[in-house]
This record gives sequence, C-alpha cells and structure tokens, in this order.
Amino acid sequence: MRISVHIISTMWLYAGRLFQWLNQRQYVLISKAVCAHQVHSSSTGFTDSCYNGLYPGHIHTTPIQKAMLAVGSGVAALHDPYRHDMVAVLGEATGHLALINLRDKMRNDPEGYTILKERPRIRLSTLDLSEMASLPDGSFGREYLRFLEDNDVTPDSRANVRFVDDEELAYVMQRYREVHDLLHTLLGMPTNMLGEVAVKWFEAAQTGLPMCALGAVLGPLRLSTSRLKLLFTSLGPWALRNGHRARCVLSIFYERRWAQSIEDLRQELNIEPPPVTVRATEKRNT
Amino acid sequence: MAASMRLLLRRVIRLSHRYNNVTAAGVSARSGCCWGPSTCRCFSDVAGDRSTHFGFETVPETEKAKRVYKVFENVAQKYDTMNDVMSLGIHRLWKDMLLHAMHPQPGARLLDVAGGTGDISFRFLEYVRSQQERQKRRTVRSMQTPSSQDISNNYFTEDEDTSQESRAVVCDINKEMLNVGRKRADSMGISAGLSWVVGNAEELPFDDDQFDIYTIAFGIRNVTHIDQALQEALRVLKPGGRFMCLEFSKVTNPVLARIYDAYSFQMIPVLGEVIAGDWKSYQYLVESIRKFPDQEEFKHMIEDAGFYCVTYNNLTSGVVALHSGFKL
Repeated sequence: MRISVHIISTMWLYAGRLFQWLNQRQYVLISKAVCAHQVHSSSTGFTDSCYNGLYPGHIHTTPIQKAMLAVGSGVAALHDPYRHDMVAVLGEATGHLALINLRDKMRNDPEGYTILKERPRIRLSTLDLSEMASLPDGSFGREYLRFLEDNDVTPDSRANVRFVDDEELAYVMQRYREVHDLLHTLLGMPTNMLGEVAVKWFEAAQTGLPMCALGAVLGPLRLSTSRLKLLFTSLGPWALRNGHRARCVLSIFYERRWAQSIEDLRQELNIEPPPVTVRATEKRNT
Repeated sequence: MAASMRLLLRRVIRLSHRYNNVTAAGVSARSGCCWGPSTCRCFSDVAGDRSTHFGFETVPETEKAKRVYKVFENVAQKYDTMNDVMSLGIHRLWKDMLLHAMHPQPGARLLDVAGGTGDISFRFLEYVRSQQERQKRRTVRSMQTPSSQDISNNYFTEDEDTSQESRAVVCDINKEMLNVGRKRADSMGISAGLSWVVGNAEELPFDDDQFDIYTIAFGIRNVTHIDQALQEALRVLKPGGRFMCLEFSKVTNPVLARIYDAYSFQMIPVLGEVIAGDWKSYQYLVESIRKFPDQEEFKHMIEDAGFYCVTYNNLTSGVVALHSGFKL
C-alpha cells in the first residue's frame, strides 16, 4: 500500500517535471526575448529592426510545436494546394537533417562555401532586370527572365524562413526556396502542375527534404492520366536520375552566371536537357 | 469626501497587493516571466515614459493601438473559425451565458463595443425576438375569448411595438472586423435594429445617457487605457443601465491553470499559423490574456470608474470571467 503510494507520487513528480520542461523552454525563451527587446525599446521606433530570435523573423518553437506544425501544415497543404505558406512551413518543420546535409555539401564545395559566407539573396531589388534583358538568347539570365514572364511569377513571392532554429540552416532553406525558380529554368519546366511535380522529383532526389519527397509522392494525385503517363515514362525518371547525378544546385553562385549560356551551365551541373518540352500554355488548357 | 477617501484607500491596498504578488516567494514560472515587464512598466510610468504592454513586449502607448489594429486586420477573415477551433466551440456557450445573465427585455438598446463580427449583437436580437414572441403568446393565452374589438386593438399595438423595438449598435475600432460582421449579418438575414459604427472604446462617438446595456466581449484587454474605456461606458449608459464585460481571466484551479497555459502557449500559435497563416497575432492573443488584471482587480477598476453593485462570475473555472456593474 505504502509502496504503491510512493510509486504514484514519483510518477506525478516526473509527470510534473516533464510538463515543466515542456513549458519551461517556451517561458525561458519568452523572457529572454522580452529582455532583449527591452534593451532596444528605450530608443523609440525601432521595434521593427530589432528582433527576438536568431535571425529576423525567427520564431522559437518547442519540439512539440514543430511536430504539430508539421502535421497541421501537411493537412492544410493537402486540403488547399494553393497555400504555399503551409508547404513552406512543412519544409521548415521537417527539414532539419536534410538541411544539415545540404549545408555540409555546400561547405565542402568552394563556390558553395562562398555563398554561405556572402549570403546572396535573389529578389527584384537585387536583380538588374534591364541588364539581364539585354543578354543574348540562350544565356541563363535571359532564359530566367523569359521564364518569369511566361509564367507570370516574381522572385519576391518566397516566404521568409521562420521556424528553423539555426541561423545558417535558415539561410540554406531560404536559398533553396529562392533557387527553386532558377531550377525551373534550368530544367525547362513551367509552373503548371506537371512542371512543378517534375521539379519536386528532382529536388527530392537532390536535397532529400521530406517536404519535397511528400510533394513528389502526393503531387501526381492531382494530375490527369495523360500527364501521369508522361511523368512516369519520361519526365519522372529523367528528373530522378538528374537529381542524383547533378552537382549540388545550391552551391552555384547564380547571380554571377547570368551571362553564361544555359547549355554550358547544364553541362557543368551534369543535368541533361528535358526529354519532352512541357509548355507553359498547358496550364490554361487544364 | 468619504467616498474619495475610500477610493484612495482602495487604490493603496491594490498597489500594495500588486507588489506583494511580485515579491511573493511562490512565484510560478508563468508569473515569473511577467514580473520583468510589469515592474518595468511601473517604473516607466513613474518616470513619465508612457509605455505599455503589447503581449509580453513593451511598446510606447501610441504604438499599441496601431499594432492591435493590425492584428485584428490580419485575423478578421478567419476570426470566427479560429474562435471555434481554439475554444472547441465553448466560446458560443460563454456568449450564451452573457445573454442569459443580461436577460434583455424588448425595447432595450444595446451598445456592443469591440463587437467586431457581431456575435453578441446577433444573440441579443435573437433573444429579444424570442422574448417578444413569448410575451405575445402569453397575452394570446391570457385572452381566452377575445372579441373582434380586442383583436383589432392588439393588431394596432403590434405596430406601435415595432417603433420601440430593441436596437443593437455594434461599435468597433477596426473596419475589417465590422466588414466581416456585416457580411455575416447579410448572410443570416439580420438587418432590422442593427447598426454598425466605427469608434474607439476610449472615445465613443455617442451622446451621454443613450444605452440600456453596454457590453464588451473579449475586447477590453486590447484597449490601451482601460480606465478611459470604463469611464466612457459610464457616460453613454442611461442611469440604471448595465455594464457587462466578458473577458479572459485567471484560472482558479492550479492544475487546470497548468494545462491551460500549456495549451495556450503551445497549441494556439500553431493553430493560428496553420489556419490563419499568422503566428504572431495569436501569440499576442495568449500573451495579452496573461497581462490583463485578474477578476478582483478588474472588479475594483470597474468600481473606481463609478459603477455600483459590481459582481463577477467565473466561467469554465476562471478561463473567462463575466463582470457586471450598474450605473445608478
């Protein structure tokens, strides 16, 4: 009788401690965040430039919260595939190991190492569009611009990374997102469903991010039969094969290679040109 | 003279209670992290710095209203869905209990401040209408054998009633929330007796002695100067009018408090991110609940503003408290 009471009380003690640990981290982080902010709030009007966390926009999350985010964002993204923010959150919540792998690959590559040091960002404010438009046809920069125009996209639509708990890994994730459009150009795939799935297969093989793998598996569910056939017979195997044999696409300093011919760049990266031309107009034919 | 001495004494006691709570040995982790900002706020107020809390952050007072506006502008579209998900639908019960306690009679005029998407006002109109129908049924039943003269008389008095019918005014500082509310009213087919006004709870755009009932549901903790909002409430109420406030408060049961904290800080921002795509707004929401005074302190604040017979009821073990006071 006394022993069972003792067992029960120690169980409660451990349960209480576990509870405390689960909550403590959040509170410790909150109080740290507040203190950091109070140092700054004495100077008026700087609430936007000072941030709580490891990088601007960083939000601390406990392991349980990451798990819930992963599940929730996965469900939300499946429910409404136009919620790109949910796909992004899913990638951040599940991608820790893959990001470490990618970062190490980048560090071991001289160009990748330069990128990690210099931290370039691809957005409209940093691109010189008029200069890129004046480049010859077949050059990487010109083809990229053509891709942006044909598919009516802008490089500024990428969400900022928020839930990755390491500042360098957060940059790797951000770089992956910004390189996604460039991959479309390199692979010659438009932004319709078929093109996106093909790029996802390539990315899944290249990066190993669980979000890409999930997208690669579930994306085909929304394709018509004819396109599914195309995917499984030619596009898919091509994407997977190239994903495996290509050089790490994040390690390329694209911003310095706009003038390079796209064929040249593909050869350097070990990517075969696409076996089938998928047109952007296919999107409107759906 | 005696009344002002009583007020002063009460304020002194409250201040000493606040400092006692802060230095008490049994400070839990939750209030521990609140300790820093709240004492700094005390000091900064003394220094005349005019800063206040925005969740657990400290911001200049002028900025708080702007940031709160932005929060509600962002969440307006998904506000009702999020309420249902976060409270597991229990917020409907809380609002029903508010109406039940209010027990409005036909002809009452309601001012629903921070009414946003109109939950309270819709319930009010529904309640009053059902009251009216019940009264009609009672009069019909009491008249066993009405003569044709009685019937025609009643016909006319019905028309008179409609001119004195209950009115609900939804007042909110945020246009987005009012837009969502108006769309809801249209889809529910409620239009009679309902009006939508943009206004600040600290400076209401109404004359004195206008309303029978003033409600503010889950809104007063977002107001920068709560005492000003309370004084405005006193001003616009008719003598005999009732002030009712539904607001998140301190949970009384310590075990439930732990569970509630864990749920608030772990689950709710995640739900906000997944459903509304906005983590920060829901982080602000759970933090602002912690910064709001507890039941007793808020009761004293209401009394200070000049209300009488101030009482409160805890709903769901103190997750929500319903405060009520009268202007006499």
